[in-house]
Amino acid sequence: MRHSLASQIVLPCLGVAAVLVVWALVSQPVATDLPSPLRTWSESRRYVLEPFFKDGEMNQGIGRLAFYSLVRVGKGFVLALAIGTPIGFLLGLSPRFHQAFDPIVQFMRPISPLAWLPLGLVIFQKSEPAGIFTIALCAMWPTVINTAVGVRSISQEHLNVGRVLKLSRRRMLTKIIVPASLPYVFTGYRLSLGLAWLVIVAAEMLTGTPGVGGFLWQEYNSLVYSHIILSVLTIGAIGFLLDRLMGLLEARVRVN
Amino acid sequence: MAYVEVRGLRKAYVTRRGRTPVLGGVDLSLDEGEFVAVVGYSGSGKTTLVSLLGGLIEPDAGEISLDGAPVTGPGPERGIVFQQYSLLPWLSVRDNVALAVDAVSPDLPAAERRRVTDEFIALVNLTPAAWKRPRELSGGMRQRVAVARGLAMRPKLLLMDEPFSALDALTRATLQDELLRIWGERRSTVMLITNDVDEAILLADRIYPMTPGPDAVLGPAIEVGLPRPRKRRHMSLEPAYQKARRVLVEFLRASQNGAGSRLQQATLDGPGLELR
Repeated sequence: MRHSLASQIVLPCLGVAAVLVVWALVSQPVATDLPSPLRTWSESRRYVLEPFFKDGEMNQGIGRLAFYSLVRVGKGFVLALAIGTPIGFLLGLSPRFHQAFDPIVQFMRPISPLAWLPLGLVIFQKSEPAGIFTIALCAMWPTVINTAVGVRSISQEHLNVGRVLKLSRRRMLTKIIVPASLPYVFTGYRLSLGLAWLVIVAAEMLTGTPGVGGFLWQEYNSLVYSHIILSVLTIGAIGFLLDRLMGLLEARVRVN
Repeated sequence: MAYVEVRGLRKAYVTRRGRTPVLGGVDLSLDEGEFVAVVGYSGSGKTTLVSLLGGLIEPDAGEISLDGAPVTGPGPERGIVFQQYSLLPWLSVRDNVALAVDAVSPDLPAAERRRVTDEFIALVNLTPAAWKRPRELSGGMRQRVAVARGLAMRPKLLLMDEPFSALDALTRATLQDELLRIWGERRSTVMLITNDVDEAILLADRIYPMTPGPDAVLGPAIEVGLPRPRKRRHMSLEPAYQKARRVLVEFLRASQNGAGSRLQQATLDGPGLELR
């Protein structure tokens, strides 16, 4: 349709404009400490236009800060997948394992990152591993649960093929169970990455490590409120991009 | 004792809503190299019979033996061509067939297994499509892959569960002709389950009619006296064909009236049957 392309660009722009107007209106009479859109831009332009400058531990371009956060999230995310995927397969494959560990999974799942982080600090004594521990522990649950559901929803027809052929456990796993559950597993990975990115801010704020979240908290303490908004926008943009990237990957593994 | 012996096979499914008796004492036998068909209405328990012979489910009572040994679980010596959805969609045509070849002859060298795989793909005329995924194939081509995979298990008994029922009439005829040719070349022992009377007569040496469930049983086997090799053309004019057809249809009609179901009449009067 002809108008669909135009509306795909025009309507989102209108939405952004509306939010900017509300923001500008609110920043004037209501919340006087909240910087207006223009002021936010003028105070943040160096961080955006020179994203990789470094003046000190906490005074760095937003690209550099985002990079630190991404590396941290990457480590936590990989750890979450490395632990969560096998647990998910075990939960899906073995009823005994499911009976033994499903209650624990359901119990640990709703625990907030804010609760895990102090415990991580107690265990590791350092903020960096404590942060990664927290990210992994919070982000792994969607992977665990989706993998388990994926394994349990493999069609009986496909399993029967393996039974008739008397495939070995290994071939059953590599030829049927893993490929059949892969779409579910990747949905889990996408959700896990989203969670890992949510957790990073909390982890950096509490530990004060350099990164987007650490920067946000430091600028709050030094009363540079426009940089809080800059950080929030950066967090949103990167989260959005990560989700899109994982969505593309997810679409590629859907064969049937 | 016959090559395949089935005695007093009973099976009921138990659910929360009660017990559904499906098979009420099925007896049948196959000789080695024989092509036998079981014909019955949809829903009479034909797939249950295949699953039992394949060892995928356990009977409540009765015995199955193949080549003198009792059947206890699934195994490639009883290859199954399922009705549908049985190809692995993440594997190419070649890999679907190779899975069977690798499973039954793990000791062969890799090159030899590749050669055998290609041979079975060529047998069903799919060499040009060997690298395609199942979803890129038509329904008829998919069932050819399923047939190739079933044969690639080198089964002592090949079980075919309504293999062509999901296909359009023209494709079904082509695949029936191909099955006729392949069976003529290899003379495997085949049990074909179908709801198509003409398909059964065209392909089988003997046909067991199945009464509609619950508690379905098989009627006396009907010999199809048609000489081989068979050709579809003019076959329906042969007296042997018409006789087999008449006996079959009469048995199925009588057993159905006994069961009191009228809905299923449509299956018998369908375009594939041409009752006279």
